[in-house]
Amino acid sequence: MLNKVWFALLLIGLLYGFGKAMLGSPPGLEAQTPAATATASADDDSRADQAGVPAKPPSRSEMMTDMGRKLTTAGLDAAKGSVEICIGLIGVMALWLGFMKIAEDAGLVATLAGLLRPLLGWLFPDIPKDHPAGGAIVMNMAANILGLDNAATPLGLKAMQELQTLNLQPDTATNSMAMFLAINTSSITLLPFTIIGYRASMGSADPAAPVLAMICATTCSTIAGVVACRFLQRFYPVPRPPTASDSSDSKKAASTGQEVAR
Amino acid sequence: MNSLFLLMRDRLLDTAHMASQWAVPAIFLVIILVAWNRRVPMYESFVTGAKEGFNISVMIIPYLVAILSVIAVFRASGALDDIKTGLNWMLAFVGLGHHGDKLELLPLVLIRPLSGGGARGVMLDLFSQHGADSFIGYAASVIQGSTETTFYVVTVYFGSVGVRKIRHTLWAGLIADLVGVVAALFFTSLLFRG
Repeated sequence: MLNKVWFALLLIGLLYGFGKAMLGSPPGLEAQTPAATATASADDDSRADQAGVPAKPPSRSEMMTDMGRKLTTAGLDAAKGSVEICIGLIGVMALWLGFMKIAEDAGLVATLAGLLRPLLGWLFPDIPKDHPAGGAIVMNMAANILGLDNAATPLGLKAMQELQTLNLQPDTATNSMAMFLAINTSSITLLPFTIIGYRASMGSADPAAPVLAMICATTCSTIAGVVACRFLQRFYPVPRPPTASDSSDSKKAASTGQEVAR
Repeated sequence: MNSLFLLMRDRLLDTAHMASQWAVPAIFLVIILVAWNRRVPMYESFVTGAKEGFNISVMIIPYLVAILSVIAVFRASGALDDIKTGLNWMLAFVGLGHHGDKLELLPLVLIRPLSGGGARGVMLDLFSQHGADSFIGYAASVIQGSTETTFYVVTVYFGSVGVRKIRHTLWAGLIADLVGVVAALFFTSLLFRG
């Protein structure tokens, strides 16, 4: 997916730049319209200052030269800048993951998972009590809440495997699976420290300022995910469930479904 | 009456800002207290984790270079500005011209469900264009924090157990993302533009 987006973005950028320099009207004329002035970026302004406002419009070859230089420096500067961002990030990430490692070693994930357990029965009514799926789900949620992405993914995959053992039709998602992923994709991170780290690395004077807004927004999105999942599941019924005696064999289940349909 | 409301709101905003500032120290405190209680060798754990943090930061450099330089070229070509001018015009046409500044966030919202790395690049690009402490910078942070790479998670998780018919999962995830974006804009406006 990203391959295509990446390719398209670069190709469009290069072709658009070429076409604009080749066919577009000189920037001097474009600046007359208010919309263009409003969106003109800072480097355009500085060039305009150098050239002086009433300068004669640049020739076609000058525009081509200009655009080529602009595209080159933009790419190079961004490459240089991204390394600087990462260098700035090293300290913050080391600090955060250091503390998170302490939390992990102290068993905070398991503690948090214990706190989340009462929610299980309500969110996943299809999972029997004390089934390992429940344990894997709360551990994954706890790791996600703490922002331990590396720990969360294996726990999540484990949870999916456990949920699959409860699945009567292995190629179709169950309500519990859909609910689990809806919660997972709504981002339940309590403290998105990597974002704080990026902000600090980009020279923010107040890197932690948006934390409360993040927590509020992510709570809304999680609630919306749960509600949407509950609401939508009745419009996407599981294909005819097999009878209990057939539940171990999905091929048999399909034929049972046909018989019922007849 | 109105001034009382404003006073209440200012107090609330102050408290909210304070709560944000204390989130990190509070988490640190909870972690070390629990670790102390459970006799965890903290210093050693910390160093182990910190090494991981170092590795992650260095490992993402190639990805970030790939994404940020392409975004920069795309922006330098003028394509992004022209698209925004067009969309701005359309917004003004339907009478929503005062939301035109939020269009800057559109690339972030579009790429967020598809690619975590891509969204991170767009967020950093927004930080460098507008400043991390601008409204756009705050809103981008909150959007990034309240949404997920839905397509990626759904693909990986269902792929791992061979489920092909995913029923309503994708819709529920995308609705959660959409609500996350709207809530992000709402809370950012509420907390940072008073």
